[in-house]
Amino acid sequence: MQRRNFIQLSGLGIGSLLTTGVPVLGHSVSSEYLLEASGRGVGIDNAAKKRLADIALNAAKSKGATYTDVRIGRYLQQFMFTREMKVQNIVNAESFGVGIRVIANGTWGFAATSNVTPDGIAKAAETAVAIAKANSKLQTEPVQLAPQKGVGEVTWKTPIKKNAFEIPVQEKIDLLMKVNGEAMKNGAAFMTSNLFFINEQKYFASTDGSYIDQDIHRIWPTFTVSVVDRAAGKFKTRDALSSPMGMGYEYLDGLASEKIAAPNGLIGYRNSYDMVEDAMLAAKQTKEKLTAKTVQPGKYDLVLDPNHLGLTIHESVGHPTELDRVLGYEANYAGTSFATLDKWKSKSFNYGSKLVNIVADKTQPNTLGTVGYDDEGVPCKKWDLIKDGILVNYQAIRDQVAILGEKESNGCCYADNWDSVQFQRMPNVSLQPGTEKRSVADMIKGVDKGIYIIGRGSYSIDQQRYNFQFGGQLFYEIKNGEITGMLDDVAYQSNTQEFWNSCAQLCDKDDYRTFGSFFDGKGQPSQVSAVSHGCPTTRFNGVNVINTGRKI
Amino acid sequence: MAIILSKDEAKKIIDKVLSYSKADEMSVNLTGGRTGNIRYARNSVSTSGEGTNLSLAVTAVFGKKSGTATVNEFDDASLEKTVRRAEEIARLAPENPEYMPMLGPQTYLSTDPYSENTAKMDPAYRAQATFDSLDPCRKKNLVAAGYMEDSTRFNAIGNSKGLSAYNRETSVEFSITVRTADGLGSGYATQDVTDVSKLSTKNMTEIAMQKAMASVNARALEPGKYTVILEPAALVSNVDASLMVALVRSMDARNADEGRSFLSKKGGGTRLGEKLFDERVTIYSDPTNLEVPTGAFSGDGRPQEKVTWIEKGVVKNMPYSRYWAEKKGVHATPPGGNFIMEGGTQSLADMIKGTEKGILVTRLWYIRPVDPQTLLYTGLTRDGTFYIENGQIKFPVKNFRFNESPVIMLNNLEAMGKPVRIGGNLVPPLKIRDFTFTSLSDAV
Repeated sequence: MQRRNFIQLSGLGIGSLLTTGVPVLGHSVSSEYLLEASGRGVGIDNAAKKRLADIALNAAKSKGATYTDVRIGRYLQQFMFTREMKVQNIVNAESFGVGIRVIANGTWGFAATSNVTPDGIAKAAETAVAIAKANSKLQTEPVQLAPQKGVGEVTWKTPIKKNAFEIPVQEKIDLLMKVNGEAMKNGAAFMTSNLFFINEQKYFASTDGSYIDQDIHRIWPTFTVSVVDRAAGKFKTRDALSSPMGMGYEYLDGLASEKIAAPNGLIGYRNSYDMVEDAMLAAKQTKEKLTAKTVQPGKYDLVLDPNHLGLTIHESVGHPTELDRVLGYEANYAGTSFATLDKWKSKSFNYGSKLVNIVADKTQPNTLGTVGYDDEGVPCKKWDLIKDGILVNYQAIRDQVAILGEKESNGCCYADNWDSVQFQRMPNVSLQPGTEKRSVADMIKGVDKGIYIIGRGSYSIDQQRYNFQFGGQLFYEIKNGEITGMLDDVAYQSNTQEFWNSCAQLCDKDDYRTFGSFFDGKGQPSQVSAVSHGCPTTRFNGVNVINTGRKI
Repeated sequence: MAIILSKDEAKKIIDKVLSYSKADEMSVNLTGGRTGNIRYARNSVSTSGEGTNLSLAVTAVFGKKSGTATVNEFDDASLEKTVRRAEEIARLAPENPEYMPMLGPQTYLSTDPYSENTAKMDPAYRAQATFDSLDPCRKKNLVAAGYMEDSTRFNAIGNSKGLSAYNRETSVEFSITVRTADGLGSGYATQDVTDVSKLSTKNMTEIAMQKAMASVNARALEPGKYTVILEPAALVSNVDASLMVALVRSMDARNADEGRSFLSKKGGGTRLGEKLFDERVTIYSDPTNLEVPTGAFSGDGRPQEKVTWIEKGVVKNMPYSRYWAEKKGVHATPPGGNFIMEGGTQSLADMIKGTEKGILVTRLWYIRPVDPQTLLYTGLTRDGTFYIENGQIKFPVKNFRFNESPVIMLNNLEAMGKPVRIGGNLVPPLKIRDFTFTSLSDAV
C-alpha cells in the first residue's frame, strides 16, 4: 500500500509514520476471500510452487544468468478505520505474484509478474536477464555474492496463537467501538482507532538449492485521542501506547501479567495490550495536557520509556549502521551515514557509553523483523552492532559482506512485495537491558532535574544521522527524585554520538519492552518494512531540551 | 488486454459491470498503468525495472451500507463475480451514518496531462538519460546517485447514477545527488515533467555538480534567525513532507470547524476570510494550467475547479468533504489536484544579487510536524547551503536544523521569484526574513 494511500484511508497525520513513500500492495477484497482456499495462490501447494520456481531458475539460466532467485508471494492485509462511534472504512487487500532476480554479466536484473503460469514466469525470468545485460553497460564492478549453502525444502511460521484474519470482522469492530466509547466517556472530543493486520505468505527458491516456505503475521492496534478547549482555542492529542508486533490477535488479550506499572498511574505494555484501558487513560491524560506547564528550555536528564526510546534507537542506530547507506546507495534519498568504514575499522569508535550494547536480531520472539530466512535465502540470526559502546559491525547482505572481509551475510535482505526487488533492510535493533535490578521508580528517584518521556511524537534526523530532534506523547517533570507534574512543548535535540555517550543508567530485563514501526521507508522506488526495537527504560544525562511553543 | 485503455474501451467495461448490479447504487473505478524506473549510485546503475497493472474496483451500496471488491481479470464471469462479491460485502457492512449518495452526471473542465513522448519511454531511453548524468560526474571524479521514474496511466469511473469520467496522464520525476569523492561536498537538483522532452538529466546533473563542488569545506554559522532564500525544492519535495504542501493540505474545513486546525478560531468557528499571510501570498488550484495539468475530477467524481485558497494573504476557500459541505450548507469544494503559488519575475540569480546578507537553501529534509496547532515543523537543510553577502554567494555553510511554521514564514516574506514546476505544482523561490534555525548539523 502506498504510504499516501494509507494516510488517506486512515486519516492519520503525516507525523504518525516513519516512511516517505511505499509501493502499492495489493487489491481490496472481501474478508472471506482472504481465507478462501480458492483464493489466488492459496490453492497452490509447495510442490506446485517448486515446479513453478524451477521454471524461473531454468529459464534464467538458459538465457545466461549465473545466479537466480524467485519469490512467489501472497500478501494479505486487513485495515480497519473508525472515528468516534462510526466505522469509516474496512480495507481487505490481497496481492499475488512472482518476482525474479538474476545476475547476468555481473549485473543485477529484476522482473515481476502477476501472471503466475509457466509461460508468465519464464517470460519474466527472460526479462530479468535482458534488463541485467542492458544495465551491465553502465556497471563499473561485477556483483560479488557471498556464498550461501542451499537449505533444501524448509518451512517457517510466526508462532501465532490466534490468526487475526480468522477473527470475525464484527468482533474487531466491537472492540474498536468499545475503545472509542471509553475514550469519549472520559473526555475525548474526537477519537480515531485503527486495527492493521498483515500476513505474508512467501515461497523462496534459488539456484543455491533452497526452497523456503514462510508464513509471517503482524498486528498493529492504535488510536488517537483529541481534546479541544474551544474557548482557549487549543487542542491536544495523545496516541496509543501500543506497539506493532510480530504476533497474532492474542496481542489484544490484555493480560495483566504483561503489564508493567510505572509512576503516575502509567502502564507499560509488554507482549499483550489492553486497548480499552489505554484509551481510557489517554483521554484523561490528554485533558491534562491542555493545562500542562510549558517547559523551560535547558539541559535535563532524560528518563526515556521504551515506547519512546525505540524510535530514537531506530533513527540514530538502526539506520546509520545499514551498510548500503554507509556505502552511498541511499545518497539521493534517505542519505548516507556518519558511521563510516574507517570508524568501524578503528575498533575504537565510541558510539556510546560503556553501558550501550546494541544487537541486531531477526530471531527475537514477537517482533516485527523476525523470520526464519531472509529474502535471499539466508537463515536469520543475532549479531552485535555496538558492544560496550564501540561500533563493531553493520547490517549487511550477500552482495555487501565482501566489503567487510566477511564470507557470510547477516541475513537482513527484504522486499515488501512480490513485485519489489529485495535489498538491505533493518533487522530488529535493540538496546540490551542493564544487569543491575532497577525499576522505573528506582531510576526516577535518582534524578534531580529531569523529564520522563513516554510515547512516540515528532521525530527528525539529518541525512547522515548526526543531528536529531524528538518529541513524545507524554512529558513529566522530575524534581529531586519525584514527578511534579506534566510538561508541554518539549522536544530534545542532540547529536547521535553525544547522546549515546550520555547514557547513564538502564533498567533491567524485567522492564524490557519493544517499540515497532510498520512502515519504515527506504529505497527508490520506496519500499516499507516492519521492524521492532527493544530496550528498557533508560536515563541520559544533560540533554538539550527546547521549547516548541509558538504563536501564529 | 491493453494496459492504457481508451475512453470508449474503459466505458464499455464499466457499463458491462454496471449491468450486473442488483444494488441500490453501484460505482466502478477502472485504473491501469505502466511505470518504469532506473536507479544509480556510486557512479553505477543499481536497479532498474518496469511494471504494469490494470485493475477494477466495484462499490455496491444498499441504503447506507457499502462494500468494495476488486479484480484484475476481465472475462465476463470474473466481472460478474466481483459485482456479487461487492454486494455481499455491502450487505454485511455496518451502516455508515455519513454516507453520501453517489453523484449523477457531471460537467468537467478540459485538461490534458498526457504526453506521447513520455508514454513511449523504454529501457534504452532510461539508460541513455542515466548515461548523460553519470558520464560528466565520472569525468570530474564526482560521485552520482540518482533516480528516474516514468509513469503512464489512466483512470475511468462510472456509476449507476450516470456519472462517467475518464483521465489519461503521464509524468516523469528525476532527481540527482552529486557528492565529492572525499564526501565533503554534496549537491542536489530535481525536475518533474509531464512531457519527458522537457527533461534534461544532463542539465540537472550539472547544477548538482556545481553545488557539490561549491559546498566543500562548509563553515559553521551560529544557529538563530536568518534571512533565507528557499529554492522551490526546499518548499516542495517529491519524496518527503514539505512546508508548502503541509500548509495547503492542512486547510480542511471539517478539522477547522471541529477546533483542531491552525484555521480554527478561538471561541469557535474558522478563520475563513481572515488575512493570515503577507498580502503578496496568493495560492490557487487549476487543473487546466498548461505547465502543471492534472486530471479533471477528484477520486469521488467531483469536478476539479479553478479555486483560490489564499488571495492576497486572505483565506478565501477551504476543501470540504461532500458530507461536511452538506451539513454546513456550502459548496463541496474538493482538495485541488495541484497548487499554484503566484510569484514575481526575478530569477534565483536576481534574488541572490538583491540580498545583502542571507542563506541560500537548496533542499530541506526529514520535515516533520511538531505542533499541529501552529503548523510548526522541524527539519534540516541539505545538499547545498550557502552564505550570501552583498549579492554574492560567499561560502558554503554547515547544515542547520530549523523549527518553523509556514504560516509564520509567509508573514515574513521579503521577495518572491519566478514560479517553477515542482512536485506537480508551481512554486516560486522565496526570500524569507527571520527563518528560525535552532541547531547545527555536521551532516554533509
